[in-house]
Amino acid sequence: MMKRPEISQAKDKGRVARREFLRTLGAAATCAGAAVAAKIVVSEASAAAEPPAPRPAIPNYDWTRHRWAYGVDATKCIGCLRCVEACKLENDVALDAHHFRTWVERYVYLEGEDKPRVDSQNDPVNIEASGSEREYRFANRYKDAKVEKAFFVPKLCNHCTHPACVQVCPTGATYKTLDGAVLIDHDYCIGCQYCVQACPYGARFFNERKHVTEKCTWCYHRITKGLLPACVEVCPVGARIFGDLDDKQSAISKFVRNNRVFVLRPESGNAPNVFYVGIDKDVL
Amino acid sequence: MDPAFTILPFSGYVYPNETVMAWSLLIAIYPYLTGLVAGAFTISSLYQVFHMQRFRPVAHLALLTSLCCMVVVPLPLMLHLGHPERALNAMITPHTTSAFAIFGYAAGFYVILLILENWFVFRPHIVRQAQQKKGPLGWFYRILSLGSYDLSENAMRYDRKWIFALAVIGIPAAHGLHGYVGFVFGSLKSREWWSSDLMPAVFLFSAIISGTALVMVIYVVTCKLRRVAIDLPCLKGMAYTLWGFLMFALLLEGVEFASLVYRGREGIDMIMEYVKGPLIVPFAVLQFGIGSAIPLVVLTFMIWRGTTGKALLVGSAASALLVLLAVLMMRWNVVIGGQEIAKTGKGLLSYHPEISGREGLLAAAGVLAAPFVLLVIMTRLFPPWGQEAKPA
Repeated sequence: MMKRPEISQAKDKGRVARREFLRTLGAAATCAGAAVAAKIVVSEASAAAEPPAPRPAIPNYDWTRHRWAYGVDATKCIGCLRCVEACKLENDVALDAHHFRTWVERYVYLEGEDKPRVDSQNDPVNIEASGSEREYRFANRYKDAKVEKAFFVPKLCNHCTHPACVQVCPTGATYKTLDGAVLIDHDYCIGCQYCVQACPYGARFFNERKHVTEKCTWCYHRITKGLLPACVEVCPVGARIFGDLDDKQSAISKFVRNNRVFVLRPESGNAPNVFYVGIDKDVL
Repeated sequence: MDPAFTILPFSGYVYPNETVMAWSLLIAIYPYLTGLVAGAFTISSLYQVFHMQRFRPVAHLALLTSLCCMVVVPLPLMLHLGHPERALNAMITPHTTSAFAIFGYAAGFYVILLILENWFVFRPHIVRQAQQKKGPLGWFYRILSLGSYDLSENAMRYDRKWIFALAVIGIPAAHGLHGYVGFVFGSLKSREWWSSDLMPAVFLFSAIISGTALVMVIYVVTCKLRRVAIDLPCLKGMAYTLWGFLMFALLLEGVEFASLVYRGREGIDMIMEYVKGPLIVPFAVLQFGIGSAIPLVVLTFMIWRGTTGKALLVGSAASALLVLLAVLMMRWNVVIGGQEIAKTGKGLLSYHPEISGREGLLAAAGVLAAPFVLLVIMTRLFPPWGQEAKPA
């Protein structure tokens, strides 16, 4: 009997201690929350108070009002490679078989084989068929084989939400814009090519003329004027789709909404913004 | 006309942009040099920090070697950069999420630390020369003495404190710098061959063995050139150190490779094809067989038999030379090997460095020779030979 009050006292003490602990925890959480909130408020405030300097000096363009994204309907692609040629001309990409802002892969499953045969327009057999490194064709190399399944997959920079290339850039020369594009400042890039290594998609390459890294910009100079990227513009079958995800009626919004879309290498954590329809498990 | 670039032949399917090598031979030389820095510093620290007297004859030589290698470290990077004149952008506006942005600071800090430690270590010599020498060389030493000619016991005690402190800070700095170089590769998720948590440790231990081996070779060669007797206990101590760290280095590399194979993630088939094919000579034969297994057997035998005399000298020097080869091959196999396995996991590329050119074999040989040319000059200006060394 004598021990009960002690127990209850001990319980009370325990309760008090717990309460104390919880209070401290609550206070700490509140402080942390406040700090985070303050940081958000501060960053928002600073973002709001930011002068227009960091915005691109493009007339009538506000990069806070867009969220660009890209779609590829691989079921439609016919491998004509007009996109590759248009990209090279539009963006002054070296006219050879080793520098591409966009390319097309061909996957061919032959009868009796469990792995696809993959090639791209830069394959020596295809270059031989076109007759020049400046022109691109897919050689009809499987005409005598029994093809079970075949399709084309257009590729380009995925303008990832968490771009590994931006993460590793030592100077910040490559950066993510507010409207979703990943760009490179060619006047600031030191040409170390760390970003080339970091990109899991092989989308970046070194520009030997300018001594800097280069890649697809979604034709940023065009989209900010209300035009489509050159590759989308020339695609004769509508396999390439581009638009603004913030506009619910845009082609890309409908494409993403009306299809089961996939991204390449989701396990990389990069969160790509090029969405695919009609690709296969073997697509790299 | 478009500028020239080397095109890599390939088999299987590789991304079209992969047919031009992003990181050349020079980027394999860069971690080799930083490794030599860290390893040589380790030997120096065994004496300066842990007071291991048997390393006294090489302590100052190791420190000077470390400095000579370190000042050359930026050279391969600068030769590689597309815009070397913009290199400081990484320090002026460092991108904090970049593993590479901090390199300038880390390397800069470590160079200053090495210069300071060398200055304190060679201060008695500098002061004596400043007082004795005339002409431009006299001026050189007088400027370097910073006007302090005090060699009293009090001043020397003060110097020794600084040397100790710098050596203590230098251990994490040197090893951190090199571990971080491993992180530059290991943290990239785009290549299965690189992407490993063990990469910093693998780089670190291979660094220690390469630097130790380098000091052994330089010590033996300089003793022969100077016609002085080689301190065999010192050489034996380095041989034991080499053996110990070689065990760790091999174990870590073995575990790393085993994990890679055992995990068997996407692309492992191509990696195995590569390892069993083009990588047989540089990886299995040169790095592990000739470069690691033979020295390990020779060193183990010498430890077991208590070998001494000329046999110890020949065995140790030969083992050290082979370890230097092994680590060079390890750098090649990581940096170049990683890029020869296509990111697609479905193709292989084949890189053969060009002879001339900014990133060719001659440039790489020049970069590798530079620390030794520098060391010859530095040993003339600051003789590091053991007699002057006093216990710290």
